[in-house]
Amino acid sequence: MTEPTQDLDLKGLQCPLPILRTKKALKELDSGDVIRVEATDPGSVKDFDSFCNQTGNKMVEQAESDGVYTFTIRKK
Amino acid sequence: MADDTENKSLSIIVTKGTLDWAYPPFILATTAASMGLDATLFFTFYGLPLLKKNLDLKVTTLGNPAMEMPMAGGHMKMPNIVGMLPGMDSLATTMMKNLIRKKNVASIEDLREMAREAEVRLIACQMTMDLFEYKPEDMIDGIEYAGAATYIETATQCDVNLYI
Repeated sequence: MTEPTQDLDLKGLQCPLPILRTKKALKELDSGDVIRVEATDPGSVKDFDSFCNQTGNKMVEQAESDGVYTFTIRKK
Repeated sequence: MADDTENKSLSIIVTKGTLDWAYPPFILATTAASMGLDATLFFTFYGLPLLKKNLDLKVTTLGNPAMEMPMAGGHMKMPNIVGMLPGMDSLATTMMKNLIRKKNVASIEDLREMAREAEVRLIACQMTMDLFEYKPEDMIDGIEYAGAATYIETATQCDVNLYI
């Protein structure tokens, strides 16, 4: 289990806001820092993969529980 | 700018300025910028009013024969014949705005502001400005005014070019 530097609650937000807010939060972090994002947008499952693939940030962990998707991402 | 970095890049020609059609360009441009792309939006013809200081966006059922609105667990069809009735556009606009609010979809105003924060390049078509008699003071600050050649030069340097 990776301990996040920051938690981000994006539950209830629709595309593209989860990605935009995550990008904004990552900007404030240092390389190697970890952010844990919670979202309820089902589209975010594929979108966060694509976001990480394109930006080079690393998806450390991905989970779902009761309709809440949790993405743990390490900043490049 | 697309040519002075190694970033991937996106350009979109924005030709429609209704509330519904305003979403794709702003969603794609802000998302592209979030993913490290240089993004350019070129606003022409009916897309140009999306750069006005005061946005007053509406939807119309006309020309959108497949439009349906969620209603009481089902979907209400909005055929063109209904759209010809007086007041239908404002009803459809109210329904759409209520849905956007209820479903936590970002407003176009917010997305446009995020696009500016993310340094998305916003270009107003100068010919359309003249044609429809818009003045720079009608428009938000920080935009460029240019024409087809500027777009073509940008597009040749972009990895993704879309027309919406």
